[in-house]
Amino acid sequence: MAVDLPFEKPLIELRDKIEELKKFTEDKGIDMSTEVATLENKAQLLAETIYKELTPWQKVQIARHPDRPTTLDYILGISDDFVEMHGDRNFRDDPAVVGGIARFDGFPITVVGTQKGKGTKDNLYRNFGMAHPEGYRKALRLMKQAEKFRRPLLCFIDTAGAYPGPGAEERGQGEAIARNLIEMAALKIPIVVLVTGEGGSGGALGLGMGDKVLMLEHAWYSVIAPESAAAILWKDATLGQKAADSMGITAQDLYRFHIIDDIIQEPFGGAHRNPAQMIAKVKQAVASSFQELMAYNYEELPALRYEKYRHMGVYTEDTL
Amino acid sequence: MLKDLFPKKKRYATITPHPSSRDKVPEGLMNKCKRCGEILLSKELEKHLKTCPHCGYHFTMTAEERIQVTLDEGSFQAFEDRIHTENPLEFPGYLEKLEKVQETTGMQEGVLSGSGTIAGYPVVVAVMDANFIMGSMGSVVGEKLTRAVERAIELNYPAIIFSVSGGARMQEGIFSLMQMAKVSSALARLAEKGLLYISVLTNPTTGGVTASFAMQGDLNLSEPGAIIGFAGRRVIEPMIRQKLPDEFQTAEFVLEHGMLDQVVHRKDMKPLLATVLSLHAQGGSL
Repeated sequence: MAVDLPFEKPLIELRDKIEELKKFTEDKGIDMSTEVATLENKAQLLAETIYKELTPWQKVQIARHPDRPTTLDYILGISDDFVEMHGDRNFRDDPAVVGGIARFDGFPITVVGTQKGKGTKDNLYRNFGMAHPEGYRKALRLMKQAEKFRRPLLCFIDTAGAYPGPGAEERGQGEAIARNLIEMAALKIPIVVLVTGEGGSGGALGLGMGDKVLMLEHAWYSVIAPESAAAILWKDATLGQKAADSMGITAQDLYRFHIIDDIIQEPFGGAHRNPAQMIAKVKQAVASSFQELMAYNYEELPALRYEKYRHMGVYTEDTL
Repeated sequence: MLKDLFPKKKRYATITPHPSSRDKVPEGLMNKCKRCGEILLSKELEKHLKTCPHCGYHFTMTAEERIQVTLDEGSFQAFEDRIHTENPLEFPGYLEKLEKVQETTGMQEGVLSGSGTIAGYPVVVAVMDANFIMGSMGSVVGEKLTRAVERAIELNYPAIIFSVSGGARMQEGIFSLMQMAKVSSALARLAEKGLLYISVLTNPTTGGVTASFAMQGDLNLSEPGAIIGFAGRRVIEPMIRQKLPDEFQTAEFVLEHGMLDQVVHRKDMKPLLATVLSLHAQGGSL
């Protein structure tokens, strides 16, 4: 069953009314086609107004839509011969992170990403896409393997954040993310990062240092999930909307801030409304990013990556 | 209510001391230990490097105090980074808050960095300050730490970072998060150059700082009882609907789980740093 978002309600009501009129025409044989046409026109205009000027909070809701394509949808949709690899070789396999090797545009790549579930049961299994340390360590194992075989690396991010739990703390959630950052900084392979839905804090960055970082049009990426920010700043998690609107978390914000390199447009109304089209667009964007990066001598990439991250941050400096 | 019929009369006039008279009491003559409650004379506390001689509780130190007790006397030369915090997200109230903190701490931002010697061994050292918006990491903190590490690379010196932090600075949003990537990138270069990096995690070190440079040391050290973690207890407890044990996320707990090399009493920190530095002084080759 399709899930509608709160801000889509007027549109849904209008569409229901159109359906009603159509049914009426059929059942009673009374011609209502002019009325239907007028309303359809109105619905189209309303949809355009709603989707063209989405607020950050509305984007957050689209980014969290249960029907939004997941990392595995993208991996299977854009590559062939995907061979999934499990486990961090230390503790266990974390289902919130998936990864492996695949063929993309004819050449082998390594893919890793956070994986949300589809439906309640799957989401419980995937821990709602919130990784434990072993998830980050599995990803690192695959990244180092990619470097060994000089395979480009593709990372998918769609997570509310790294899992905040006792087990995660005991096994070093902080250390696991920290390790990935220092290792990704030095990887001598091209890295393309895609933020496809939610980019929650260190849990996202732990798979997110790349030569090209792309975001889907309605994805968000922030230092903290809006609700958690509200809880800290105003001691009220229900102010998530206020936090979302004031923290600059949308793809458009991050592009303006020079934090990300490009935005991938979503189908009208969001990726979940046309997954096939979304996947095709992602494939195209990934292909052109890899084409560009694979022209470099891989040994030079860490220095370029250094320059990229070196310039992040906003401050003023006195001239002496 | 019956009680309302008998209004309670104040038997004594209350006298509130004039605010100015409060300032006349010699400041910080005595301190109460936050753990065991013993009253400690300030001089006594200072002699014990701000640790309680009765129970061993480690008081918070300012960045300046930390440099004083760690580096050889007179050896510290601060890096003069004339950089100032901005409000990139136009976050309401951020600059006002910053001004207030600058006034009370006398610091421009939450890091003090420079070069100096420990037992004669040259080092670059950067110290975060807990009094500066919880030691949170914004653009300037990240930039100062990055520059410190870059100077260590230039000078061919080991780097030591004393962290204390609530994590990323919310008010700077994504810019704050990217400081984790920036400092980590600089430390990756330091490592590539074969230089030593010692991370000392002091109370408390949490969030994005734990998830980046604080956990990237060749040695990760801490002080007794320091709280170290990624997600705070206040986030975890409602999530699991359970109360966590007191020792959860203490330095001792983190040591036991393999994320630290040692938990070191403050009085032993400088000698240990000196030994470690001496063991790296030959660049590892015999």
